[in-house]
Amino acid sequence: MAFISSRLSPITLRRLAAFKANRRARVSLWLFGVLFIVSLFAELIANDKPLVMNYDGQWYVPLLVDYPETEFGGFLPTRTDYLDPFVQQQISDNGWALWPIIPYSYQTLDMLMTQPSPAPPDSRHWLGTDDQGRDVMARVIYGFRLSVAFALVLTAGSLVLGVLVGGVQGYFGGKVDLIGQRFTEIWSGLPVLFLLIILASFVQPGFWWLLGIMLLFSWLGLVDIVRAEFLRARNLEYVRAAKAMGLPSRLIMWRHVLPNAMVATLTFIPFLFTGAIGTLTALDFLGFGLPPGAPSLGELAAQGKNNLHAPWLGITAFMTLAIMLSLLVFIGEGLRDAFDPRHVKQHLSPAQETKHA
Amino acid sequence: MPNNASNAKPLLRLNEFSVSFNGNVVVDSLSLTVNAGETLAIVGESGSGKSVSALGAIDLLPDNAAVSGQRWLEETNLNQLGKRDWNGIRGNRVGFIFQEPMTSLNPLHRIGKQIGETLRLHQGLSGQAARTRAKALLEQVKLPRPDELLDAWPHQLSGGQRQRVMIAMAIANNPALLIADEPTTALDVTVQQEILALLKELRDQHGMGVLFISHDLNLVRRHADRVCVMYQGKIQETGSVADVFDNPQSDYTKALIAAEPEGRPAPPADITPLLTTRQLSVSFKRPRTGLFQRQPPAFEALKATDLTIAPGETLGIVGESGSGKTTLASAIMRLVASQGEVTLGKATLSQLSGDALRRQRHRLQMVFQDPYGALSPRMPVFDIISEGLRFHYPNLSNEEVTERVHRTLREVDLPESCAARYPHEFSGGQRQRIAVARAIILEPELLVLDEPTSALDRTVQKQLVTLLRELQARRQLSYLFISHDLAVVRAMAHRVMVLKDGDVVEQGNCLEVLAAPQHHYTKALIEAAHLH
Repeated sequence: MAFISSRLSPITLRRLAAFKANRRARVSLWLFGVLFIVSLFAELIANDKPLVMNYDGQWYVPLLVDYPETEFGGFLPTRTDYLDPFVQQQISDNGWALWPIIPYSYQTLDMLMTQPSPAPPDSRHWLGTDDQGRDVMARVIYGFRLSVAFALVLTAGSLVLGVLVGGVQGYFGGKVDLIGQRFTEIWSGLPVLFLLIILASFVQPGFWWLLGIMLLFSWLGLVDIVRAEFLRARNLEYVRAAKAMGLPSRLIMWRHVLPNAMVATLTFIPFLFTGAIGTLTALDFLGFGLPPGAPSLGELAAQGKNNLHAPWLGITAFMTLAIMLSLLVFIGEGLRDAFDPRHVKQHLSPAQETKHA
Repeated sequence: MPNNASNAKPLLRLNEFSVSFNGNVVVDSLSLTVNAGETLAIVGESGSGKSVSALGAIDLLPDNAAVSGQRWLEETNLNQLGKRDWNGIRGNRVGFIFQEPMTSLNPLHRIGKQIGETLRLHQGLSGQAARTRAKALLEQVKLPRPDELLDAWPHQLSGGQRQRVMIAMAIANNPALLIADEPTTALDVTVQQEILALLKELRDQHGMGVLFISHDLNLVRRHADRVCVMYQGKIQETGSVADVFDNPQSDYTKALIAAEPEGRPAPPADITPLLTTRQLSVSFKRPRTGLFQRQPPAFEALKATDLTIAPGETLGIVGESGSGKTTLASAIMRLVASQGEVTLGKATLSQLSGDALRRQRHRLQMVFQDPYGALSPRMPVFDIISEGLRFHYPNLSNEEVTERVHRTLREVDLPESCAARYPHEFSGGQRQRIAVARAIILEPELLVLDEPTSALDRTVQKQLVTLLRELQARRQLSYLFISHDLAVVRAMAHRVMVLKDGDVVEQGNCLEVLAAPQHHYTKALIEAAHLH
């Protein structure tokens, strides 16, 4: 809608312009956006079954439906292994199949390897295989998606919790603030890593378990910022005007205070995001993270460490993480500058260097 | 002594001096001369380019300002100075006093050290010599107990005292020219007089030239020799104070001089009180000085106050900063915790809380002092005005809300088209109208006006006062009108109440109190305000 730009407040428009003027941040946002959207369709790019196929004049969609092997002339009524040479032979004899670009999923073991795994990169495995014979490229694509999704959910959750707790503390002040502050101090003293290690000893920590535990602690960083913003804003005259108007506290906080507190909060988000990715990777690296077999960049890094004779593992893990985190930091930098009113002026001044007569 | 101007030597000369920001011309070919031993005042409304001219003359503008024209300080051509040369001029040959005494001193350094810094930079004094000189300067600006003050922190000083320290720093190196940019605007009226008298005395002692920037015609008339009236970056008129004030030539100067608020409100029809407070008082806890100290007694911001306001009546509350005016308003609005009783019509507000209180809130509304801070910068005007309406009358359809908003905008003399715009697009006076519209759309019975005019220019003040009086007559509104400006109070209030240190020192009919004040504090206020 072209209409949107007229509805945005002028401050927002200026910030958008400032962000667009920062080329590095803009390009990073584009690259990261494209990478993330592509990784969302990982099943279409790297998978161990065909997208669509025609067998005996009939249409099959193995991507969505599991067919038993008997369907294609096999003997066992189990899920078809499309990489099996017999099945492949059957398909090429009786029809055709459309395969994804990378014919392996993140946990497909390549049974037809000519070299011992980990195998170096070749035309079959673009980034080689890991020490269990799984395609590294496929694992990177899935791992990227998992990391970003984890960080997204964690950031969103921390944002909700942090803004809520910080906002209530700052807006009401007094005893609420005092008790809240002491509680967050004690809470932030709990050792997160030990909790995760203890947890790992009696449950198998999955995606949601990890997310839950991390969420218990990751919002703490936001509380101080949001609290300070709310403390400042609650004495502004338009907030007092809203109070005098009879609006209830929740509406005042939502409509008048929050939009002004969001500036400080938004600039914090990219760093929360990179922090979340870093923590997940570190946990996976140490072996306290996602369950074995899950596509994880941390696990890839650990394999790189254990197989120094297969440098493609370590280099791939390093490059993926470095590129992803750098892009995020650049975006964060751009956001921070866009929200900083003083930065714009600095940006302008070189162009006007010539003025003093 | 204004008449020695002809043989005095010119100190600062500006010729065809212009300043523009990113292509916007802010000061347009200004030419003026400040002579030694005289005070030249630049007068104008906010945005007329007064401060920018003074800052531009000594190169203190931000980088995106473009300056052109000739600047001379005595025999020095200011256009040919390099960065280092400027450091020898500023603070040495030109002293500067800023408007805001609260922020122009560094809160982390003691007074003596801050004065000593300029002495060290320009005179090479240090240690005991600097201290002795700093003490002499504090004596010169007539601060009491100079020995103690040398070791005081800025926050221990009052606004007037800080401004004296600023003056001491400005004259530390015996400058030839002193630029005073609204030096008294942030101070109480009684303090203003003392500061300006001090400036005059120092000027005569040292034979300095003073460039005095102000928007306050009363002050200029009493404290300047020559005056230069600016409007939208251009000089309207320049001449001796007597000539310009008694015989203004340009239309703008005439309008400026005539902009004193005038007229009187219509008398109220009814005398049964609408608002009554009985023994209303507010106190704040003071922090303990040490861990094992006893809790000091609470600070009484407002002592037990009784007041009544009838429908259609205006009660003016007068007093200096810290006298408890705003505390009284907040206590009546139930925005701070208070003791005592507040009754509005039949409802006893002081006994209500939570939702019951919120339901009463549309009956009393408030307009705040700062037109820039009172409107949320992220909401368009329509949302700002309609917010309370939608909350108190959730049954109204969108068409009815729009209709009411447009009607209210017309009532405060704003075009309907403003509804879609954001607050930053409006001037101070227009914003204050929006704030009034936000209050009256709820059809309140009582409107609390907390210094609504003090941030506005005189001409705009006059319009707002007229508007408020019209609204009162039309809607039988009651006003609690808080102001430190007696001229505005006289034009607005039926009765007046004078507060000092949280206590009512005098009250009564507005004209009677202003004509024959009983309490010495009221007398001092009236003397300082220079009503005529």
